[in-house]
Amino acid sequence: MSLLHLAVLSPLLLALLIPFLHKHFRNIHTGWFLLPLPAVLFGYFLQFISVTRHGDTVMESLPWISSLGIDFSLKIDGLGLLFALLITGIGALVVLYSIYYLSPEKEKLNTFYIYLLLFMGAMLGVVLSDNLIVLYSFWELTSFSSFLLIGYWNHKERSRYGAQKSMLITVFGGLSMLGGILLLYIITGTFSISETIAMSNEVVNHPLFTATLILFLLGAFTKSAQFPFHIWLPDAMEAPTPVSAYLHSATMVKAGIYLVARMTPVFAHSGTWVWLVAGIGVITLFWGSFSAVKQTDLKAILAFSTVSQLGMIMSLLGIGAAALHYGTIKDGYYIVAVTAAVFHLINHATFKGSLFMVTGIIDHETGTRDIRKLGGLMNFMPITFTLAIIGTFSMAGVPPFNGFLSKEMFFTGMLRVAEMDIFSLETWGILFPVIAWSASVFTFLYSMIYVFKTFTGKYQPEKLEKKPHEAPIGMLVSPVILASLVIIFGIFPNVLSHNIISPAMGSILPSLLADGESFDVHISHWHGFSPELFMTLGVIVLGLLLFKTLSKWTGIYRIFPERLSLNHLYDGGLEMIEVASRNITKTYMNGFIRTYLVYIFSFLIFILATTMIYKDAFKLDFSNVAPIRFFEVVLVLIMAVSAITILFAKSRLTSIILLGAVGYTVALFFVIFRAPDLALTQLVIETVSVALFLLAFYHLPQIRRNEERIRFKLTNALISIGVGAIVTLIALSSHSNKMFDSISQYYVENTYKKAGGENMVNVILVDFRGFDTMFEITVLGIAALGIFAMIKLRMTRGKEQE
Amino acid sequence: MEILMAFLIGILFMAATYLMLSKSLLRIIIGTGLLSHGAHLLILTMGGLKRGAPPLLGEHAATYVDPLPQALILTAIVISFGVTSFFLVLAYRAYQELGTDNMDRLRGKEGHE
Repeated sequence: MSLLHLAVLSPLLLALLIPFLHKHFRNIHTGWFLLPLPAVLFGYFLQFISVTRHGDTVMESLPWISSLGIDFSLKIDGLGLLFALLITGIGALVVLYSIYYLSPEKEKLNTFYIYLLLFMGAMLGVVLSDNLIVLYSFWELTSFSSFLLIGYWNHKERSRYGAQKSMLITVFGGLSMLGGILLLYIITGTFSISETIAMSNEVVNHPLFTATLILFLLGAFTKSAQFPFHIWLPDAMEAPTPVSAYLHSATMVKAGIYLVARMTPVFAHSGTWVWLVAGIGVITLFWGSFSAVKQTDLKAILAFSTVSQLGMIMSLLGIGAAALHYGTIKDGYYIVAVTAAVFHLINHATFKGSLFMVTGIIDHETGTRDIRKLGGLMNFMPITFTLAIIGTFSMAGVPPFNGFLSKEMFFTGMLRVAEMDIFSLETWGILFPVIAWSASVFTFLYSMIYVFKTFTGKYQPEKLEKKPHEAPIGMLVSPVILASLVIIFGIFPNVLSHNIISPAMGSILPSLLADGESFDVHISHWHGFSPELFMTLGVIVLGLLLFKTLSKWTGIYRIFPERLSLNHLYDGGLEMIEVASRNITKTYMNGFIRTYLVYIFSFLIFILATTMIYKDAFKLDFSNVAPIRFFEVVLVLIMAVSAITILFAKSRLTSIILLGAVGYTVALFFVIFRAPDLALTQLVIETVSVALFLLAFYHLPQIRRNEERIRFKLTNALISIGVGAIVTLIALSSHSNKMFDSISQYYVENTYKKAGGENMVNVILVDFRGFDTMFEITVLGIAALGIFAMIKLRMTRGKEQE
Repeated sequence: MEILMAFLIGILFMAATYLMLSKSLLRIIIGTGLLSHGAHLLILTMGGLKRGAPPLLGEHAATYVDPLPQALILTAIVISFGVTSFFLVLAYRAYQELGTDNMDRLRGKEGHE
């Protein structure tokens, strides 16, 4: 086990210790024990920058299930390292924030931090695994720990609802992804991601390619809350705010982004991938920003904003994939989309994390997150206000913050799509910049709503539960750090470009790089008077205009009926599935034994008949039959007549006697077919059985004495005739298909020689095949004990109810 | 002869099935009785009904009938007897406790799903 493995597993190991620490150090907030771990891990991962910036990777492998090709192999490359730094860095800040956010008296801190550590370890595993099955295992662990964290306040119904919803949707996607992984394994024969990337040509030309691609994308889209699977994310806001900040803005929702980026070298040569990723991304971008405007809860605004920004990154990755078709980096006119994706990924994590923390502070200090109740907080919370300004302006794409830079590059990428001449992008590609631009207007709008409806306007003290005041210093540390990063990355974006962005791009688009080459990323504020600049100006102007006239046009949100919303479809769909499955079960599980017997017999007839027809097994061959003698015919007639008469017998007594007649006739058959032992046994047993039947008959309750014959039912008759016919046909066919002689000659020869008996049947029963007899005796013993117990044990239902 | 027996067995199976699909518990048990008779005869028939001496070496015959199916049937008879008697006593106890032998009434209450 290498140090890297230990690093990935260390959160899981520490999770084991948390209950003890929590129990024995009651007066210390449990979060303090946690805090060093992500900080140390962050430092540990930082040192890999010197490795990855030259395009090198670190690979460590630990045998797990080697016989199935599943090894716990970890790989650090540019992309994995970027995510690992985000996870540990923001993880440390979130833990620090949560120490001040969660009260040790009121909350169950031990469970909270165990879930959080589980999540952190799982997320590190996802981004660093090189084995698809290991990646999948960690992937599901993130879904699972996210479920636990969303439902952390499990006494609240909304929390449980949100947790269940996110679980159902992300696990649906996770299982689809597993399907994709298995298909990919069928194509390539390996679970290793590096080896799969090397075989990408075979993958793209394989007939299973489209199915694999769609299954992988289902996994990525559900996890990253892409349209139409984004509906779980707003409901996941029931989680404590540190969780929302960490999982549902900075890390887990980017697992889908990670997957898409990681699999880009494998899938990106197909137009399907480009269109699906870019198209769904752009739809999500627009729909998320459009929906965010109408929210009144601060966290809901941020949730839809996250959805929208994830859509933006996703669409950039999709367009970046198209860049693969345009040669090497020398004429890398189109790869700006990938640069923008990676850069915005970092930016979004910084400003969205800080905005969530700001929201948590507002909630903590005023007791509400409803923008209709908030207003005029600027004077009470100046620091929080500043942080919110930085975060929202960066989100809106205003200079000099980092969001401005990534938005400019986003526009550049989108404008260049329309110039591409592959996958019919030259005709429909023009939609991308148009949608992107209008989505940016809405992004600007909700950013302004977030900050100005909360901090400016009228102060309404009567609506607030607490008297607002500035947050404690500990709570402010983390958002201050994140907001400083927003500014630092905004002013000096190139600290990232060579160390982080370029190696990450190298992992996403490896085929564009020759050995030793690396992407030359240079981000600058000023491009000159380019179309992007005017687009940004347009966004700001139109956004301000819309913000000023907000009350005049919000009516359009009511045009779209609630009944057709995706949440309504989800809820209605779930309910419909439940009702439908209950109804289906009710139709066939009606509690009547007869119905079940009808199913069983019908299936028997059907399966035997079709098998015999399909296999052409009907065969009649009379060469091997014994001759018919007169008294055999008589016995056959007696038996057939008695059996059929039972069906028409009016009284039960008649049917019992007729059954006895059948049994004695069977004994007579045994006589004429030379089976003396059988005849003896049959006679005795038939007598006892008939006596037992009569006993049961005698004890029939008085009320049901009015005897009646069986009512004729056509289905019953058809099924019975079917069963009889199929048995006859199989008997005839199998008799006509004798494959080999009996083995009985052995018994005839050896019964006396080896076993010292002359009665062959008895010798077989007790000598050659004595085991059968032993257990047959056991059966009788059990039956006798059972009968005895049934009669003796009288625990009436009255007693059970006591 | 085997052809004739095959049809007879078919008739037995048909009657047994029809009885098992009826409402009365006693008739269902009669049906299982008929079914086991049918099955025993089927084993015997499929073993071959060729002429020959009974499987007793004291006969000193040239050919004997096949002893193996007979041993199998003997085992089957005993087991089906054990099961039938258990089943009958069960039915008898059901009459005593529940006061009915109508299968339609012998079903779980609604809500006991």
